[in-house]
Amino acid sequence: MLELIVISTLNGVLFGMLLFLMASGLTVIFSMLGVLNFAHASFYMLGAFFGFQVSRWFGFWPALLIAPLLAGAIGAGVERYGLRRVHKNGHVAELLFTFGLAFAIEEIVQIIWGKSPVDFRVPPLLDFPAFTIFSTNYPAYKMFMLLVSIVIFIGLLIVLKKTRIGLIVQAALTHPHMVGHLGHNVGRIFMLVFGVGTALAAVAGVIAGPALVTQSNMAGLLGPILFVVVVVGGLGSLPGAFVASLLIGLVQTFAVSMNGSLSGAFGPLSAAYASTWLADIWGVTIAQIAPIMPYVLLVLILIFRPMGLLGTRDT
Amino acid sequence: MSEITSSAAPPLPAASEKLKFYGLWVVAAIALLLLPKLFSSGGSLTTFSLIGISIIFSLSYNILLGQTGMLSFGHAVYYGLGGFLVIHAINIIGANKLPIPLPLVPLIGGLTGLLFAVLLGWVSTQRSGTAFAMISLGVAELVASSALILRTFFGGEAGISANRTKLLRVFDWSFGPQIQIYYLVAAWTLIAVIAMYALTRTPLGRMCNAVRDNPERVQFVGYDPHVVRYLAFCFSGFFAGIAGALAAINFEIANSAYLGAVQSGTVLFATYIGGVGFFIGPIVGAIFVTFLSLGLSDLTPVWQLYFGLIFIAVVVFAPGGITGLLMMHRPLLKAGTLTKVLPSYLIGFVPTLAMIVGLILAIETIVHYTVSPGDDSHIKAFGVNFDAASPYIWAMTAILLIGGYLVARKTWTWVGHAWDDATSGTHEQGIAA
Repeated sequence: MLELIVISTLNGVLFGMLLFLMASGLTVIFSMLGVLNFAHASFYMLGAFFGFQVSRWFGFWPALLIAPLLAGAIGAGVERYGLRRVHKNGHVAELLFTFGLAFAIEEIVQIIWGKSPVDFRVPPLLDFPAFTIFSTNYPAYKMFMLLVSIVIFIGLLIVLKKTRIGLIVQAALTHPHMVGHLGHNVGRIFMLVFGVGTALAAVAGVIAGPALVTQSNMAGLLGPILFVVVVVGGLGSLPGAFVASLLIGLVQTFAVSMNGSLSGAFGPLSAAYASTWLADIWGVTIAQIAPIMPYVLLVLILIFRPMGLLGTRDT
Repeated sequence: MSEITSSAAPPLPAASEKLKFYGLWVVAAIALLLLPKLFSSGGSLTTFSLIGISIIFSLSYNILLGQTGMLSFGHAVYYGLGGFLVIHAINIIGANKLPIPLPLVPLIGGLTGLLFAVLLGWVSTQRSGTAFAMISLGVAELVASSALILRTFFGGEAGISANRTKLLRVFDWSFGPQIQIYYLVAAWTLIAVIAMYALTRTPLGRMCNAVRDNPERVQFVGYDPHVVRYLAFCFSGFFAGIAGALAAINFEIANSAYLGAVQSGTVLFATYIGGVGFFIGPIVGAIFVTFLSLGLSDLTPVWQLYFGLIFIAVVVFAPGGITGLLMMHRPLLKAGTLTKVLPSYLIGFVPTLAMIVGLILAIETIVHYTVSPGDDSHIKAFGVNFDAASPYIWAMTAILLIGGYLVARKTWTWVGHAWDDATSGTHEQGIAA
């Protein structure tokens, strides 16, 4: 039992930090540009595939740097030449533009790399068990993932709190128009934020690629969970996104490792009901409903706290 | 008070306008009746049925997006649940020999859609805008994932099927042949289109537009925007359920794809490409997208990429959709200045077409090298054979793409000038858009 708790906590925090790498970019982009980037998870996927391709040519470590830069450059280009044009047509058009973009990116990835998973491996340098806990080997690569996401998290915190550009971004979170009135080049800041945000998602993609499956449906699988994180944390709240990322990371990993069901707790159904649809609910294990946990959480939050956990803006 | 209302209310339509209005519906009904006489092959009947279903679904979606300003990413939930319930209903009716004929069964789907919209709508419509879009996505994922867990009811990956011919027969219609299904879909399409058009003319329909344009003002007038959005959501769910029911009857099967994100995305594409600003927009979009998805999939293996690119192009260049583009020209037509822009369109069309051909060539060549690099380089796309390995093709692609873009950009500004010129004429004559 203790083993389960320790391992699941580690995995949960890891998944949560990965989610936050993406959710942080998404939240800042939403707060500043007012557009929820539907294609954000697609940049995570692009990061993973660029990472795969570059690591084939030059090795994993250059890929860790080059892939996010590439994805970030594409992201900045999308903002400069796509979103900015659509901006005058309103938020719905912007959201739809990113929706179409997500669709197109998935198609392009399928054309280039195919539909089946690619062979993106953990670099040999990190391919060993970091420590053994209760007879379970914990891979060093996962510790590396945790380390990278924590380093980026701290770096982000320092940039946001201590630098000038961070101050502007913070100001733009709550008063986007005032920042423009003060004479900052809002267009360039937007492009920068969009580029950095998508690059962060791509970093998450590169480091998650070898550990999870690098496949053309990875954006479609992760995207909705990302939006749940942002809504549960409160639209436009960075601390909220952090709390929600960890919460959902932990909830999902713990749920996956649990095997309990109603029939386990109360005994099997009586024969009269055994062939009806009740049997489905009765027999389903917690591990099986793990994929819907985030959405249940979303609905509960919407009923009891529509602004999100730490949200203040009512957009 | 009565003076104000009498002066503010629009004048009653003249008899000729009434005749024109009702005549339109009669013509539509006759056209639907005669269509299978003109195109009687099985394939075209299936296509017409799919278009009818898609029209109802897109129009129901436009109650949300176009009329009330709510962007939903999970509209397929109500479509799919309607479909599933109808399959179960057909099985139950058939097994118990209940006196319910098939033409009434879509109503069951509609009521299912309505029921779930009533249940899920109150939470979903609490906020509009981006938050609503995210919530609709979350609810859709919740329902779609649950469908895979509740295997007895939803049939897991394979879905559940039914036999539509086992129901009570009226006028000896078995609903086995596709032609009978076509007439069933056509009748329901006409009913649903008329009902949804009528809905836009009711006070509720007008309040929906008000909520879309300025929710704050609606509150000042004394309405609750949340309630208005909720009511619109319920109506939308009802018609989506009817569409899902017809789809389930058409295919005699319902599976988890009915509820999924792809279905939700398709209806969004169809509605938006058609145009959300006019009632007829989603109808145009449904017809266009159904033909496109059926036609393109024969022409090229990567048709979904083109589909996405078309959608992005519409969002960026023509936010009003196809109908929006056409309707822009109505004031020009009235003012008689349409001839000023048409020549510039022709000139702009040639390099733009060249650019698009270049783009298609580039995509198809790249697809050949990434998907099947070892195969024969003579490929066929859009019915045209060419050699993807030939340097001439590459050069032509580059020239068409880059040259076309450079020339087209020049002509687009020209088109813009001609447009300004033509519209200034309409402003002088005082013709509103």
